[in-house]
Amino acid sequence: MNAKQIGKRLIQIIIVALGVTFLTFLITYFAPGDPVRTMFSAAGVVPSEELVQEMREELGLNRPVLVQYFSWLGGILKGDFGTSYAFHKPVSGLLLARLWPTLKLSILSMILMLLVAVPIGMAQATHKNSFLDYALRGITFFGVSMPNFWVGMILMLFFCVRLQWLPVVCSGGNFRNLILPAVTLAFAMSAKYTRQVRTAIVEELNQDYVTGARARGVPEWRILWLNVFPNSLLPLVTMLGLSLGSLLGGTAVVEVIFTYPGLGNLAVSAITSYDYPLIQGYVLWISLIYMLVNLAVDISYNYIDPRMREKR
Amino acid sequence: MEFIKKNKTFCLFAFFALLIILAAIFAPVLTGGVSPTDAVLKNALQAPNANHIFGTDKLGRDVFARVIYGARISLAATFAVVGIIFVLGSVLGVLAGYFGGFVDAVIMRIADMMVSFPGMVFAIAIAGILGASVKNAVIAVALVSWTKYARLARSLVLKIRNRDFVAAAIVTGSKTPYILIRYMLPNVIPTLVITAATDIGGMMLELAGLSFLGFGAKAPDPEWGLMMNEGRQFIQNAPWMMFYPGLAIFLVVVVFNLLGDALRDVLDPRDE
Repeated sequence: MNAKQIGKRLIQIIIVALGVTFLTFLITYFAPGDPVRTMFSAAGVVPSEELVQEMREELGLNRPVLVQYFSWLGGILKGDFGTSYAFHKPVSGLLLARLWPTLKLSILSMILMLLVAVPIGMAQATHKNSFLDYALRGITFFGVSMPNFWVGMILMLFFCVRLQWLPVVCSGGNFRNLILPAVTLAFAMSAKYTRQVRTAIVEELNQDYVTGARARGVPEWRILWLNVFPNSLLPLVTMLGLSLGSLLGGTAVVEVIFTYPGLGNLAVSAITSYDYPLIQGYVLWISLIYMLVNLAVDISYNYIDPRMREKR
Repeated sequence: MEFIKKNKTFCLFAFFALLIILAAIFAPVLTGGVSPTDAVLKNALQAPNANHIFGTDKLGRDVFARVIYGARISLAATFAVVGIIFVLGSVLGVLAGYFGGFVDAVIMRIADMMVSFPGMVFAIAIAGILGASVKNAVIAVALVSWTKYARLARSLVLKIRNRDFVAAAIVTGSKTPYILIRYMLPNVIPTLVITAATDIGGMMLELAGLSFLGFGAKAPDPEWGLMMNEGRQFIQNAPWMMFYPGLAIFLVVVVFNLLGDALRDVLDPRDE
């Protein structure tokens, strides 16, 4: 990828972000929930109609949807993501405080997933259609079919409640709190990714150069690690970037199970309390993270695949 | 009979799937008339026993009855999602592929947007904002999932759009709707049916996930995701409350995933 293509992608990212946030805005506008009444009832007050109207005025909720959207956009250009209804604090600060825990969780679960999926997938590919392959395929199949919140709760039941090795509430910031949420996330992902690793390696093993190398007597491990693996990195890294999408969705569920202080947990409580600025901020941030990571993945092709460099 | 002999695995899994659907339909018979919403507080949080083989929940409701009745909600919602995205995706995809130009640009830009965005995150936001109900969860999941079908349908239509038989049909005066239904759809349907069949399991998981977060079914509905959410608070004293609904989701998803894979082998033998 050269500078021009990267610029093009950045513009595309901005357009998608605009589209997604506008869609969220439209839905909040037409949704039945009323943030003002929710705020009052959360405070234990039964508001008069005047008070509700006054509050709506103050929050700017009585303006047309387009005006609301553009004033929100204008704020973002100045670095102001709005103020949370429920916490009465700037949205950016709230999100920033939760960003690192979620990133930590995502990165750890990705590492765990790679440690499981790559060796297993490769073993399956090199022993294609053997008993080992079928057995592992069966296991990954069950892994894909398990709801991750069920896996999380069973792990919790076993390690936290029965054995009491780990805390039930993982709200602290230390490593012990990270283990189970990360394992839960890695579980379902590695099942899916193992299949993809297997397919990618099998495809690469069918290439002519592998036959050639074998004919020349190159040892199998050399072919596998020095030729086949680097060559199949391209699809594998692409899929890794794309799986970040389901990972970020999964963090919401897993963070709720383990009461982990991450973005997903914050977003779920924001949605429940109709905290629109916070929801908007969350949707925008997550989409930007996801798209920027995938852009970074595409840029990394320059380093992974020499052919991409020559094309410039 | 010939078909069964040829496609043993497919028929086996189709049989299992049928059993699940029958269990949902005949839930009252299976549970022996026990209601899934009858709360008997003095029976609350009983461990699995002879009267309640899956135990009882915090309100003394029979977990077994709730799990069986839960199949109704889960299956209905999942089939609704798959049906909506199948119809919406194939219609829009065929239109985009056949007509090209402006229609194509609009539909595909929307599809591009959905692909470059983590769908589940968006589904959570939409379902939550619309308010917790199974209907809204279905809308949310369908809204972020239809684009895959549209892309597929479009690419399949593009493949045959410029073939001679289409030109012949146009020249001989066939009406456009006739061409679309007679020539385009039949080329699109098999691949989309396979995709839909393999998607059933995943969609069920997403819907259950939304309910688990509190953005789907509402209490006192017996819905598996919601039951697990309720069970979460009682994980120390009554783990059966979350275990059995989860097991139900798992088993049903396994069966439909296997069925989807088997269907692909039946309809699309190229993979061999």
